[in-house]
Amino acid sequence: MNGWLLARILRAPGDAAALDAAGWTALIAIARAEQMIGTLAWRLEGTPMPPAVARILADARASAEHGRTLALWEAEAARRALASLGIPVVLLKGTAFVAAGLMAGQGRSIGDLDILVPRASLQAVERALLTNGWEWVKPDAYDDAYYRRWMHELPPLVHRERDRMIDVHHTILPLTARITPDAAGLLAEAVPLRAGEKGGLAMLSRTDVIVHAAAHLFADGELAGGLRNLWDVHCLVEEFGVVGLIERAEHHGLGDAVGRALRLAAALYGDGATLSPGDRLCLHRVTARDGWGRATRPVTRLGFYIRSHWLRMPPAMLARHLWIKWRKQGAA
Amino acid sequence: MRHVFSVRVGPVGFRVGSHWRTPIRQLATLYADYPRPENGVPDFTVRLFAHRPWRRVIRPAVMIGGDFMIPDAAPLPLAQGLLAAEMAMNLQMALGQRRYLLLHASAVERDGRVLLMTGESGSGKSTLAALLSRAGWRLMGDEFALIDPATGLAHAFPRLVSLKNEAIAAVEAAAPGARFGPLLEGTPKGAIRHLVPDAAAVATMDMPGRPALLLFPRFGFAPDIRAVAPGEVLMRLTQASTNYVAMGERGFTALTGLVRSVPARAIDYPDTDRALAQVAALWDAL
Repeated sequence: MNGWLLARILRAPGDAAALDAAGWTALIAIARAEQMIGTLAWRLEGTPMPPAVARILADARASAEHGRTLALWEAEAARRALASLGIPVVLLKGTAFVAAGLMAGQGRSIGDLDILVPRASLQAVERALLTNGWEWVKPDAYDDAYYRRWMHELPPLVHRERDRMIDVHHTILPLTARITPDAAGLLAEAVPLRAGEKGGLAMLSRTDVIVHAAAHLFADGELAGGLRNLWDVHCLVEEFGVVGLIERAEHHGLGDAVGRALRLAAALYGDGATLSPGDRLCLHRVTARDGWGRATRPVTRLGFYIRSHWLRMPPAMLARHLWIKWRKQGAA
Repeated sequence: MRHVFSVRVGPVGFRVGSHWRTPIRQLATLYADYPRPENGVPDFTVRLFAHRPWRRVIRPAVMIGGDFMIPDAAPLPLAQGLLAAEMAMNLQMALGQRRYLLLHASAVERDGRVLLMTGESGSGKSTLAALLSRAGWRLMGDEFALIDPATGLAHAFPRLVSLKNEAIAAVEAAAPGARFGPLLEGTPKGAIRHLVPDAAAVATMDMPGRPALLLFPRFGFAPDIRAVAPGEVLMRLTQASTNYVAMGERGFTALTGLVRSVPARAIDYPDTDRALAQVAALWDAL
């Protein structure tokens, strides 16, 4: 029993009819661990299932619906806080998917609010958020300086009343990564969420939104949450197609990442793909979950964790970063 | 996981997996008369596991995990494995339950009407529920009352009753024929002993009831009974609910409905005999 069970049922909901009690139990545990229970519930709506499962999935749908309301309200709060600045505010990831009513947003769990703004406006955005009830999460001088100098986002801010986090991005990869996407291009091509509205919220173009999902997975992350992110990719490709996608990805220097994301999404949720050994290793990592919802394959996981840091920063800098982090851990 | 036990308590099914045999055997003994999860599919998965592989055998320490987890949960010694399992099941409810509004309350029923008792740890709500269940009331639960937002009914969740410190001897004396779990000394909450709900409580656990009286008991004070204004009741219950915020509008509807329809009283009591008399008087006056 592993992550493939969840992928198979999301790809072919009709297969769920053949599950026995142990199969359903494992499926639910895996989906919860991957934060995809809402997605599963949406996907299986209307298919036959035991009453106990129907109740669990109905609860998950209600939770996802409540989460959607909260996410949209948080986006609206950010819009109001930033409206006077007259800058484009682009929603990213889950909040963008639900705001645009996309398939990728159906049942999706949404944590933080992620937005993209012009780098030149970062200071103004920060001030506006701080005067509107957001405050710093990490009062640590090194982390703060690290974020500001090297990351693609401000240190996370949390709203003091609603307890919700906002990540303010100015591009989609850390500045230390070897790849530098065209951040200005992302903003220039962004589309308003309400047609014709000026000064409202926007989301990335139909190609950039897929590029971002892929960048997040392969050029930055350690493939944590891979099943969910690849489901996003699968849904986005279903709705937006791939016309012009590879060209746009190459423009950002992310052709390889997008190519791999498309192959893995097709292998998990679509009609399959011709996989390289590297692709297979990635699939081995993203499906590393057992029927109790536990993370498995620790060696593979560690390998990808190291890789993610390797990609994120040059070796000397990585050594210094880990040294400082290690010393601080000892002091705590 | 190597050792597994599944059980249904009220409307909620659990699957408990463990690296060790002992906690599973204890659960199987104490929950022997309970049914299995409906359709064989539990609502929640609980895991009892060793933090490091060698901690399975060397000074074994039980970590708590499952569908829903808190990051900084401290492990318990294996001798308290039963407590770890109970805490882990509570945690799934507290963090993951979305079908019912959860009130951190004990509940007993008579003639289809439910008495809810809520208060901080040490208020005596578990003890009073255990004693009332020996005096003609049906025990619905000592930890969580489950309010259905659609109907306003309280559903039973008769888990093992967790008795702490002085309450252990008090209930042992009042219920000589009852079944108890092992005495667990030196837990984070002192001495704990679990009382197995009586057979009637288990046999009727699928019967919900209509909330009729809400009490805020307080142990260790001179006897007193006070009315509590609706606004204060609402505030106290939002704090007594672990999923009120997460339930969104349904939680608000369920809670305000409860506050509007059910009279509330705060009772102070110096000993349990006095509390039982107060409860009887308030119930008869309804």
